[in-house]
Amino acid sequence: MAELKLMKGNEALAEAAIRAGVDAYFGYPITPQTEIIEYLMMEQPEKRTGMVVLQAESEVAAINMVYGAAGTGKRVFTSSSSPGISLKQEGISYMAGAEIPAVVVNVVRGGPGLGTIQPSQADYFQSVKGGGHGDYKLYVLAPASVQEMADFVEDAFDIAFKYMAPVLILSDGLIGQMMEKVYLKEQKPRWTDEEIYKMHNDWATFGRKNGRERNIITSLDLKSEKMEKRVHRLYKKYAQMEEEDLRYETIQCEDAEYIIVAYGSSARIAQKTVDLARAKGIKVGLLRPITLFPFPKKQLMELTKQVKGILSVELNTGQMVEDVRLAVEHKVPVEHFGRTGGIIHTPEEILEALQQKLIKG
Amino acid sequence: MDIKDIIKPENLVYKNTELMTDNTLSYCPGCGHGTAHNVLMGVIEEMGIVEDTIGVAPVGCSVLAYEFMDIDMQQAAHGRAPAVATAIARTWPDKYVFTYQGDGDLAAIGTAETIHACNRGENIVIIFVNNGIYGMTGGQMAPTTLPNMPSSTSPYGRDTATTGFPLKITELVANLPGVYSASRHAVHTHKHVRKAKKAIEKAFKDTRLKKGLSIIEIVSNCNSGWKMQPRQSNTWMEENMFPYYELGDIKVNGKLVNKQ
Repeated sequence: MAELKLMKGNEALAEAAIRAGVDAYFGYPITPQTEIIEYLMMEQPEKRTGMVVLQAESEVAAINMVYGAAGTGKRVFTSSSSPGISLKQEGISYMAGAEIPAVVVNVVRGGPGLGTIQPSQADYFQSVKGGGHGDYKLYVLAPASVQEMADFVEDAFDIAFKYMAPVLILSDGLIGQMMEKVYLKEQKPRWTDEEIYKMHNDWATFGRKNGRERNIITSLDLKSEKMEKRVHRLYKKYAQMEEEDLRYETIQCEDAEYIIVAYGSSARIAQKTVDLARAKGIKVGLLRPITLFPFPKKQLMELTKQVKGILSVELNTGQMVEDVRLAVEHKVPVEHFGRTGGIIHTPEEILEALQQKLIKG
Repeated sequence: MDIKDIIKPENLVYKNTELMTDNTLSYCPGCGHGTAHNVLMGVIEEMGIVEDTIGVAPVGCSVLAYEFMDIDMQQAAHGRAPAVATAIARTWPDKYVFTYQGDGDLAAIGTAETIHACNRGENIVIIFVNNGIYGMTGGQMAPTTLPNMPSSTSPYGRDTATTGFPLKITELVANLPGVYSASRHAVHTHKHVRKAKKAIEKAFKDTRLKKGLSIIEIVSNCNSGWKMQPRQSNTWMEENMFPYYELGDIKVNGKLVNKQ
């Protein structure tokens, strides 16, 4: 039954996964995302839907469990936070190479190293520039609310299976920990074995049924010509993602003279900055990338026709700002403002930075 | 001359099972992997379980096992096969799931995944081929390399004072309650092949009965890595590997075998 609840972002994501009919979760505890596995263990989804939940011995094991189960056509996900996501990069690269559909959630904390358990957006580069070894990209969804933590689970699986590729939900400690009301959809059934046999017979490894040829899940091609073809096939998918599945939101951009570009928790805070600025008579708008790859490059270029400057607001020392600059090709000044180490910027701070870096400067 | 000209039907004593593909094996002539593959596929064929069996290949010489085993297979990252197999078995509880791993994969980089899959008593079969060396990368020291045995990364022989003693990982995991059966075999003679085959068949049946994990270690040769002729390598294996890696049962149906 659909219902409205007050929940933490992490819990909403976990509940949405059960309701979406996901088959399995494999994870390892790490702050600030541990509520995901705790919630799943408490809910006993094996009784509700038959969903498997297993606490792995490490993030490395967890991502390889995802590889195994997802390689049989099941809908499987894992979650972690920054240091744990670094450990998962090997498995993510293998999944990109072997073209396995699965979902990975990163509830980002501050780094580098063990860093801090406070919110951060310092994993932007790792998320959109590959992360693991080799030529690949991830489709990256960046939720900015508890509602989106819930909604993006199903969206992520749809994209993963559309492109046969791993998808990343890039959240952060703020969105994961804060409580908001969330609309939860009705329970959907999990795919039956027969449905999986039918839908994924051409690639999944569930046993060589009915005398068909064997299916193989691998990222290995020792013949260079074949390997190059494989990489080109991946990049065709990424081009198609840019064409068909870019997502972004614009807030008061129609008459804006200055644009703030921000995603996730930064976008939530910057929304307030837009109101503060407009109360002072400064026409500011917000462009919120919902997908970080694909990135709203054309939309940013289009905005250069009307704006005097762009401020990239991030919880880091300047990562997405590089992609903003690449997108606008120096047509307008692009500056960065960010706090790091786990500190969250205030709407006032952002406005002050905008005035100092773009208006007075 | 092609390999198919050499192996003419009239020369065949033992034929490949139907579940071995026609692809030419990538293993060195004289290597035991081919026989181990054939024994394993023979069991799956005779049990009639190809429609419900999923294999997991490792990184190492047998990384391309899926080219030779005509069944659904996944190729896992180095050492991670037990984690991959765990998830397949958990999400498809009525299937047969096995890993096929070498000693570097299972006993070095994958130690954590091996021990924890064993400890959880996953309903999977681990086929562990131990040749005491890293074959694929060209003969480096493995955790299973015998004392004083030379390799490309222990060119003066394995020094146990600085590199430790060869790891008997099958004995180690046999101590975990999750492991139902553990045994050590060889496949270089018909007698040994028959014993190994029996053990593998029992292991598959036990996972279906949800008895927990079974590990079958196959002590094998690596004539290239050991820098020996194939026949010489088998003799060397009998004289040097078998005394350290004693063949036979280590744990049977949940009970450790008492070896005095």
